Amino acid sequence: MSSNPTPNEILSELTQAAEKQWQALQNPAVPVIYVGHATCGRAAGSQETIDGFKDALEEKGLEAEIITVGCLGHCYAEPLVTIHYPGFPPLMYQKVGAGEARVLVNSFIQGGEDPCFEYLLGALEPNDTFPTLMDYPRYLYEKRVIMDQCGLIDPHSLDHYLAVGGYQSLAKVLEKGDKWVVEEIKSAHLRGRGGAGFPAGIKWDIARQAEKTPKVVICNGDEGDPGAYMDRTLMESNPHQVLEGLAIAALAIGASRAVLYIRAEYPLAVSTIEQAIAAAKECNLLGDRILGTDFSLEVSVFQGSGAFVCGEETALIQSIQGNRGMPRYRPPYPAVEGLDGLPTVINNVKTLSTVPAIVRKGSHWFRNIGTEKTPGTAIFSVVGDVEYAGLVEVPMGVSLEHLIFEVCGGIKDGKPFKAVQIGGPSGGCLPESELSTPIDFDSLRQAGAMMGSGGMVVMNDETCMVEVARYFIDFTQHESCGKCTFCRVGTRHLLEILKGLTKGEGSDDDIAELQTLGEEIIKGSLCSLGKTAPNPVLTTLRFFKDEYLAHYREHRCPALMCRDLIAYYIDLETCARGCDACVACCPTEAIFTTSNRKKAIDQEKCVKCGECVYACPPEYDAVRKVSPPEMVPDQGIKPLDKEEEENNE
Amino acid sequence: MSDNIEQDQEVDLEEQQVLDAIAVELPGFSRDVHQLLPVLQKIQHTHGYLPRDSMVMVAAHFAVAAAKVFGIATFYNQFRFNPPGRHPIKVCLGTACHVKGGEIILENFTRRLGIEEGETTQDREYSLERVACVGCCALAPVVVVGEKIESYVTPSKVEGVITEIEIQNEIAEREKAKDEQQSDSE
Ligand SMILES: Cc1cc2nc3c(=O)[nH]c(=O)nc-3n(C[C@H](O)[C@H](O)[C@H](O)COP(=O)(O)O)c2cc1C
Ligand code: SF4
Ligand code: SF4
Ligand code: FES
Repeated sequence: MSSNPTPNEILSELTQAAEKQWQALQNPAVPVIYVGHATCGRAAGSQETIDGFKDALEEKGLEAEIITVGCLGHCYAEPLVTIHYPGFPPLMYQKVGAGEARVLVNSFIQGGEDPCFEYLLGALEPNDTFPTLMDYPRYLYEKRVIMDQCGLIDPHSLDHYLAVGGYQSLAKVLEKGDKWVVEEIKSAHLRGRGGAGFPAGIKWDIARQAEKTPKVVICNGDEGDPGAYMDRTLMESNPHQVLEGLAIAALAIGASRAVLYIRAEYPLAVSTIEQAIAAAKECNLLGDRILGTDFSLEVSVFQGSGAFVCGEETALIQSIQGNRGMPRYRPPYPAVEGLDGLPTVINNVKTLSTVPAIVRKGSHWFRNIGTEKTPGTAIFSVVGDVEYAGLVEVPMGVSLEHLIFEVCGGIKDGKPFKAVQIGGPSGGCLPESELSTPIDFDSLRQAGAMMGSGGMVVMNDETCMVEVARYFIDFTQHESCGKCTFCRVGTRHLLEILKGLTKGEGSDDDIAELQTLGEEIIKGSLCSLGKTAPNPVLTTLRFFKDEYLAHYREHRCPALMCRDLIAYYIDLETCARGCDACVACCPTEAIFTTSNRKKAIDQEKCVKCGECVYACPPEYDAVRKVSPPEMVPDQGIKPLDKEEEENNE
Repeated sequence: MSDNIEQDQEVDLEEQQVLDAIAVELPGFSRDVHQLLPVLQKIQHTHGYLPRDSMVMVAAHFAVAAAKVFGIATFYNQFRFNPPGRHPIKVCLGTACHVKGGEIILENFTRRLGIEEGETTQDREYSLERVACVGCCALAPVVVVGEKIESYVTPSKVEGVITEIEIQNEIAEREKAKDEQQSDSE
C-alpha cells in the first residue's frame, strides 16, 4: 500500500468495523427491539413503550437489546416496534403502548412462543409464516430512495449508516472530482425539492464557476409549510444522509463552509443533526482534511426562529446575517452573491438527501424513476382524513388518486372525499375531478395547486373550503414580511372578506373582489410568498364556488364547519334516557336534563366544540349538527329548576 | 389588590435576577453579528423569555442600535417577552391540526385556564401559545405541554392534561411535605 491511502481505503477501514457490528445485529444472539423514536413516535407515546419494555424485561430477568430508530413513515401505526427474535424474521408491530410491550415480552420475547399476531403489521423479510410489509399496497407502490433507511437504522449511530453504504458516495466524489459530480447531478436532472423545482446541477454549476471565494452551502431545513414534516423526518431518521449530500454539494462548488438552517420548532432534529456532525467529524468524514484529502468543510447548525418567510432563500440569508428575514429582489441569485456576499448554494433537505443515491447508482438509474421532466421520487406527508396518514415516497408522476386511495387507503371511516390541499399556503385545493392529475411540479401548477414541499391535507365532506381558504390567508397575512403593499394590504383585505363569508356575510361583489384582488396580489408581489398567497382562494373559488354562495346567500355552511353558521341539538327520539356521556363531556355545562331524563342543549351556553357528538355512544348517535342554526327544532323544553331536579332523583 | 402588588414586586425581583445572570453570560458570547439571533435564542432558552432590558444589553454587546434588536426579536415568532409558566402549553395550529379542530382545542385551554394565547396565569403555573406545525401532522390535533407532545387531542382531553399536571403537582407537594417532616424529626 502506498504511504497515502485513498479516501476509499480510509473509508473501507471504518466501514469494515461497522459492517461487523451490523452483521451481528442481523443475526442476533439476544432479541433486539427497535422502537421508532422520532418526534411523531414520541408524540404517540414511544417513551412509555420503551419504559414498558424495560420494566417487563427486568421483571422477567430477560435480556434484550433496545435500539431507538427514526420514523418509517407509517405514522398512523405509531408507536412502531420491530422485534428481531433469534430464529424469526424481524417482525414489525403497530400501536405498541406500554401494555402491549408487556404482552410482547411475556408471550414472545420470553421463549418465542406467541409472536402476537394481533399487533403485527408485518415481517420485514420474505418468509413462509408471516405476511411481509411488502405485501401491503403502501409498500408495494412506494419507491423508497431517500427514505430507504428511515426507521430501520439508528440515527445516532454513524456505524449503522456506514454499514448500509454511507459516505461511499462522498469518497467516490473525492476521487472523481467536482466537475464530475456536477455533470452527474446535471444529467440526473435532479430538481430542487424545496418547492420551485430548479435543477440542482445548474445551480451548483453557477456557484462552482463563481470566482469569489470562500463559498458556502446551506441546507434549508426550515420546513415552514404547516402540514408538512418530511424534512424533519429525514433529519431525525437519517441525519448522515443529509450531511453526506451537503458535503458532496460543498465539494462540488468548492465551498469550505456549510450551514444547516433548521427551524426551532424541531428541537429533536437540531440535536440529532448536531450529534451526527460531531460523530462524522470524529471519523474525519467532515471537518479538516476529509478522508485524508485537502478538502475541508466547517459545518454548523443555525436555528430558524419561526418565521415562514425565512424559508425563502434570500430571507434565510438575511436572518443568518442577524437581520429581520426580508426577501430581496433576485438577481443576483445567492449562487452568485449569497451569505455575506459569497457564492452560496441553498438546497432543501430532500434535495441533498437524494444526492448520495444518485452518486452511488448513477444518473441513468435516477432518470429511469419518475417522469422525463422530473425524474426521481417525491415524499409526501399525506395527512388529514385519510386512513393511513404518514409519509410516503412514490415515483414522480403517479396520480393523486393513486396516492390517496391506493397507497394511503382512502378516506377514513368510509366518508366521501372532498378535496386535497396540496403545496401548503402556496398551493391549492383540488376536487375529485382533478384527482387524475399526475404529481410533478409542472402538472400540479397547471391544475392551480403547487408541489410546494409536498404537504398534502386530505379532506372529507366535513371540511369547509371557504374556511380553509380563510385559514391560509390568515396564515400568509400573518407571515407576510410586509415589504410589498399588495402582499401586506391585499391579503388583509382578502382575509376580511373571507372572515365575513364564514359568518354568512358578503355579496356577489365580494366574490368578484376575491378574484380580481387575488390576481393583482400575484402580479404585484416580489417574492413567492405574495405571488402564491391567493392560490388557496383562487382554487377554492374555481372548484367550490357553490359553497361560497351558500355562505352568504343562504347563511349556510354546507360542510357544517363554520361555527357561526351551525348549531347542535339533541334528537329526543334517539337520546337514551339517563346516559350522561354528553353532559360529562361538555366544557361549558350547556347540556341539561329534561323532565323525562333526556338531554337538551342550551344554545346560549353551547360553544359548538362538537365534543358531545363524539361522546354520545354510537348506538344512540343522538347529537345533530345543523346549518343554518335556525334549523334547530323548537322542542319546547327548558332546563329543570332545582326542585324538579330533586324530585327526579 | 395587595396580592397583585406583592406579585408584581416578586416579578420585578425575579426579572432583576434574570438580568443579572444575563450580564454575567453575555461577555462569554461572540460579538460577531451573525451570532445575534443565536444569542437571543440562548438567552430565551436559559431563562424562558427575553426581558426588555436584556435586549438593550444585547444591543450594547453587539454594538448595534437597541431598535434593531427589538425589530428582530419581534419579527420572529419564536421570541416571547414575558416569563412563561412552569407548564408552557403550545397548541398547534398548522393545517392538519386546524382541519382537525385545533382552534377549538386552543379555545378550551383559554377557557379552562382563564388566559388568552400569549399570556401566563397569575400563579405562573401555565402559559398558552399557538405554534405553527410541530411536525406530527399525522397525529393531529397536537399540543405540546412542556417538552411532551400530546397527540389526537380532543376537547375533553384538555381537561385531562390539566388534571394530570395538577395531580403531579399534588404528588410533588406531598413528597416535599414528607421530606420536610422527615428532616424535621431528624
Ligand atoms: C415564502 C417561501 C418559503 C419557502 N420555504 C421553504 C422551506 O421552508 N424550505 C425549503 O427548502 N425551501 C423553501 N422555499 C424555497 C427556497 O427559497 C429555495 O428555493 C429552496 O430552498 C432551494 O432549494 P432546492 O433547490 O433544493 O429546492 C421557500 C420559498 C418561499 C418563497
Ligand atoms: S411578497 Fe409578501 S412576503 Fe414576499 S417580499 Fe413581498 S411583502 Fe414580503
Ligand atoms: S357542542 Fe360542545 S359546548 Fe356545545 S353542547 Fe356539545 S359539548 Fe357542549
Ligand atoms: S399541523 Fe399540527 S403538527 Fe403539523
